[in-house]
Amino acid sequence: MPRPLEPVSQGTRVTLGISFFVLFVAAWAFATLGGFVSRTFLADPITMVQDGWLLLTRFGFLSDIGVTVWRVVGGFVLAALIAVPIGILMGAYKSFEAFLEPFVSFARYLPASAFVPLLILWAGIGEMQKLLVIFIGSVFQIILMVAVAVGNTRRDLVEAAYTLGSSDGGVVKRVLIPANAPEIAEILRLVLGWAWTYVIVAELIGSSSGIGHMIIDSQALLATGQMIFGIIIIGIIGLISDFLFKAVNRSLFAWRLA
Amino acid sequence: MTGTILQIENVSRVFPGVRGGAPVRALEPTNLQVAQNDFITILGPSGCGKSTLLRIVAGLDRPSGGRVLLNGREIKGPGADRGMVFQSYTLFPWLTIAENIAYGLREKGVPKSQRQDIVASYTEKVGLRGFENHYPKQLSGGMQQRTAIARALANDPEILLLDEPFGALDNQTRGLMQELLLGIWERERKTVLFVTHDIEEAIFLASRVVVMSARPGRIKADIPVDLPHPRHYTMKTTPEFSGLKAQLTEEIRVEALQAEGVH
Repeated sequence: MPRPLEPVSQGTRVTLGISFFVLFVAAWAFATLGGFVSRTFLADPITMVQDGWLLLTRFGFLSDIGVTVWRVVGGFVLAALIAVPIGILMGAYKSFEAFLEPFVSFARYLPASAFVPLLILWAGIGEMQKLLVIFIGSVFQIILMVAVAVGNTRRDLVEAAYTLGSSDGGVVKRVLIPANAPEIAEILRLVLGWAWTYVIVAELIGSSSGIGHMIIDSQALLATGQMIFGIIIIGIIGLISDFLFKAVNRSLFAWRLA
Repeated sequence: MTGTILQIENVSRVFPGVRGGAPVRALEPTNLQVAQNDFITILGPSGCGKSTLLRIVAGLDRPSGGRVLLNGREIKGPGADRGMVFQSYTLFPWLTIAENIAYGLREKGVPKSQRQDIVASYTEKVGLRGFENHYPKQLSGGMQQRTAIARALANDPEILLLDEPFGALDNQTRGLMQELLLGIWERERKTVLFVTHDIEEAIFLASRVVVMSARPGRIKADIPVDLPHPRHYTMKTTPEFSGLKAQLTEEIRVEALQAEGVH
């Protein structure tokens, strides 16, 4: 019997992780192929794979995937470029925080998806509108989380830097930022995951390309196999980007694991 | 005897009351003169304001009254002229040992080649050769504090401030660290202000032991330690040492009893 908090080996971890995927697909296959769930509502795994193959080879789904990835990355990078510096300044300077924090906290709860109709009005149905949905959905989250991380920097490290002759700017540049860089990277990884949910919402309305658009099209055709395939693709891309992010963080911030 | 380097004039500290409570007088007006090359240990029970006094000298805390002069100039804030070693491990975890020691030099804008020489010499002095490229996390507590001492000394400060730097170390390591620090002081003749609650440590290191009373903190006794240098750990068992220890134990005991509210 496993005991609480007892670690498992890497091999066991991978085996266990994969086995749940297998279990999940098996249950799905059993429910659909066994005839317990109507095909109209849920396609079986084999149909899903066939539909997916058709999408990729005949209907140019790859370019849809490309468009969606581009939108997520574009909106997210834009948000990160603006939010990370603001968050650092808020964390470092309490007056700046007092100035912005209430508004950002409020803005954070504005649902990005509710902005879609407004943004269509403002920016049309072009790429700008998609990017803006993701931007609005990510920017306030990143600001707030980065500000909290920087604000929680160990005081004794800051004091040590001052006694070693650091100026105020030096403390921000050479203590607050490097001390929190791993956490900021972790925040970005988390928010990137959320950005994926916003992009699909943006593509469900007023769009002519992208994974979300494909899903909406398939709904009209009752093609549940295609819809599920689209959803699974999003999951796989999410998994890959998460993995990449983690790998980059590990190599950039080796000191954390040392 | 050389001139006074540090002058503490009527320095007091009152912390405002928390949630309408009465303000806490952590430090009564205190006077202390530190001569060049002195090694002063400030000895007192916990909560006697000895760390507060040291933090005021470092510029990390402001006195409520009085002032501190370093070489005749009033201290307004922290600066590179006063090196500080903290009780907690304050090495920058994202920098290697060598980079940590070089931190102050970099802030000062010392050119790289010169920086490397200074870092190498201090790595040697604290016995950390071969660990230059390790991260702090990979080192034991004693090694981390040795690095912290090297980091403070590399800046060539006027005075070295140590706030119970060996407090979190085990007894054996602490003994070794005391000898290492004393060895460096004997060779380099820095001025040192060292806060501790350990009587043996206070005597072994000091040329002067300043005993502080329980809250509100004030200086209760100022006792010169005339034991010869270089000091060796075996000194801790000599009659002279034991005599001083007995005397200080008595002084401190009264204060500890008072601090604990026992009469």
